[in-house]
Amino acid sequence: MRLDQLPLKCPARVSAVAWDELAETAARRLRELGLDEGVTVEALHVAPFGKDPIACRVGRMTVALRRAQAHCISVEYAA
Amino acid sequence: MNPAPMVALVGNPNAGKSALFNALTGARQKVGNYPGVTVERKAGRMALADGRPIELIDLPGTYSLEPASPDEQVTRDVLFGKQEGERLPQAILCVVDATNLDNHLRFTLQLIALGLPVVVALNMVDMAERDGLRIDAAKLSQELGVPVIPTVAVRKRGIDELKAAMEILVGDGATRKIAAGPGFHHEDIVVLQRRARAIAIAATTEEHGARKVSHRIDSIALHPIAGPVVLFGLMFVVFQAVFAWAQAPMDAITAGFDWLGHWVEATFPNGFVRNLLAEGVIKGTGAVVTFLPQILILFFFILLLEATGYMVRAAFIMDRLMARVGLSGRAFIPLLSSFACAVPGIMATRTIDDPRDRLTTILIAPLTTCSARLPVYTLIIGSCIPNRQVIPYVGLQGIVLFGLFVMGIVCALLAALVLRKTVTKGPSQGFMMEMPKYQAPSVRDVALGLWTRALIFLKRAGTIILASNVILWVLASYPVAPAGKLQTEYSIAGRIASAIEVVVKPIGFNHHIALALPPAMAAREVAVSALATTYAIDAGDDTDKASEEVGPKLAKDWSLPTALAFLMWFVFAPQCLSTIAVTRRETNGWKWPAFMVGYLFVLAYIAAGATFWIATWAGL
Repeated sequence: MRLDQLPLKCPARVSAVAWDELAETAARRLRELGLDEGVTVEALHVAPFGKDPIACRVGRMTVALRRAQAHCISVEYAA
Repeated sequence: MNPAPMVALVGNPNAGKSALFNALTGARQKVGNYPGVTVERKAGRMALADGRPIELIDLPGTYSLEPASPDEQVTRDVLFGKQEGERLPQAILCVVDATNLDNHLRFTLQLIALGLPVVVALNMVDMAERDGLRIDAAKLSQELGVPVIPTVAVRKRGIDELKAAMEILVGDGATRKIAAGPGFHHEDIVVLQRRARAIAIAATTEEHGARKVSHRIDSIALHPIAGPVVLFGLMFVVFQAVFAWAQAPMDAITAGFDWLGHWVEATFPNGFVRNLLAEGVIKGTGAVVTFLPQILILFFFILLLEATGYMVRAAFIMDRLMARVGLSGRAFIPLLSSFACAVPGIMATRTIDDPRDRLTTILIAPLTTCSARLPVYTLIIGSCIPNRQVIPYVGLQGIVLFGLFVMGIVCALLAALVLRKTVTKGPSQGFMMEMPKYQAPSVRDVALGLWTRALIFLKRAGTIILASNVILWVLASYPVAPAGKLQTEYSIAGRIASAIEVVVKPIGFNHHIALALPPAMAAREVAVSALATTYAIDAGDDTDKASEEVGPKLAKDWSLPTALAFLMWFVFAPQCLSTIAVTRRETNGWKWPAFMVGYLFVLAYIAAGATFWIATWAGL
């Protein structure tokens, strides 16, 4: 499952990130914001207009990103 | 004499760096610019417990030493001693957010690797406790190998302890060499990140799953229906406040300047000095200083929204709409700031990483209705638009003013759409932002911010605006017109205006407008004082007429189509030297400011002309 498909309020774990599919600056920003394989993520809010972007908890941080970017992040439900 | 030791204040964005800087240095701050680049240099003096001075320099917030924006480049260059005109710091004061340790520690590890002495301010420990986290500072210090001091910068907690730690750090004032070479690779970031996470887990001794306050607020602020309602409600309150609350202080300032003018007229003998002071200096400057309350109220709200953390939520809500015209939600903050003034708005575009997004935002920023246009709008609407109620409680004047604001926004968005498909064509980089926790703002930080804004505005009124008023007054007063000729036509300024009038007559502008346009280059609000000055000169020594306000004179002298055309001109209002200067600085050359001025002039001319002719045709 991809992060953009993750239902709200369901904690999950990042299983893989398709770094190559992201623009270089976006990939670096994501790394700097602490996104990495194994990190816990949870979709918290979707923006009111067009349900895009989404706000996700990444570790302890809340990060806003567009669905297209979230699509590059594979997740699995936390056990 | 040796200069005071320099300490660099570094940290991730949203770690509370500015609050800590304010707490350590108070109002002893100097804001300037680095040579060659546009990044603001903020430095301040602080005294250690033993009285030794330290120069504390507030570096732009960054997530790593790998620069993604001009701001981050400066942080890196200063820390590597490569920034032109800047000393290598003796030590680093690193701010980390206690609620976000695993992420912020990665940057701390990078900083420690540089080899300079480091002290860590473990900031926002109160928030961490609120979130159910207890962090063992001693353990953290042991893991990192540097002193760690818990602080709450906004409440000034832990400041003395921090100063004591810095005292030991600065030591004899000798500068050490940088150890690590430049450049970190992605793999290093991941390795550092994992180590940071391990340290964070080791140092966090207690954790229980408290519901986060920020999360609860967000479930309303970002709610599909409540979210936009709150956002637009807030914006409505802001604009309402700008007009309603500002009225009383504005009236007081006007009264003060009127009193001063009368005093000068009564005290000095009739002549050059009296007329220069009364007509050029006091009337002209007074017309502009009157708007200080409005500007302060607007900045008060913008500072408040920024300090609380709501601004990023606004960007989040607006991202989708901004994406429609090829921008990102990040452009919303600079554009909102541009309602106060395009200059800080354009400077705020530095936070946009994507160069094309940034350039587009800079180019459209002058289209949002800045507060300098308010004086012009208020004057013209107040004197030329009939004060009629269209429906109960809704007046025609208010509708026109609202329409002008909407017009500005719509034109800005349309311009972005066109620019993004032509001159700034390219793929969008998307939108990615940390959403900081909500925080009660500190009165002191907001007050300091307002104080800085007020000083900048008054300095402008006292220098550029005053100078252009005096020059205009002299040019408009000499040579003295013989009997039977109008002074504003016979004088030097009058003759220049006559030449301009040829160009602007087709769009309905009269001689006085042509006279007011060139000085309005200095600042848009000067148009008001320029009109006040030229009408005051024409009134001449007839004291009854001279004491009259400029408004009623406009009402007599201007037709409605002319007034509407003039308002429409100011929706685009390309003439603002500060905006042009800041655009040149931010885009590193004359190409883009030239383009911006060109396209705005063309739009202003067409829109004003169309308005004039349509209004004339409609028989208004």
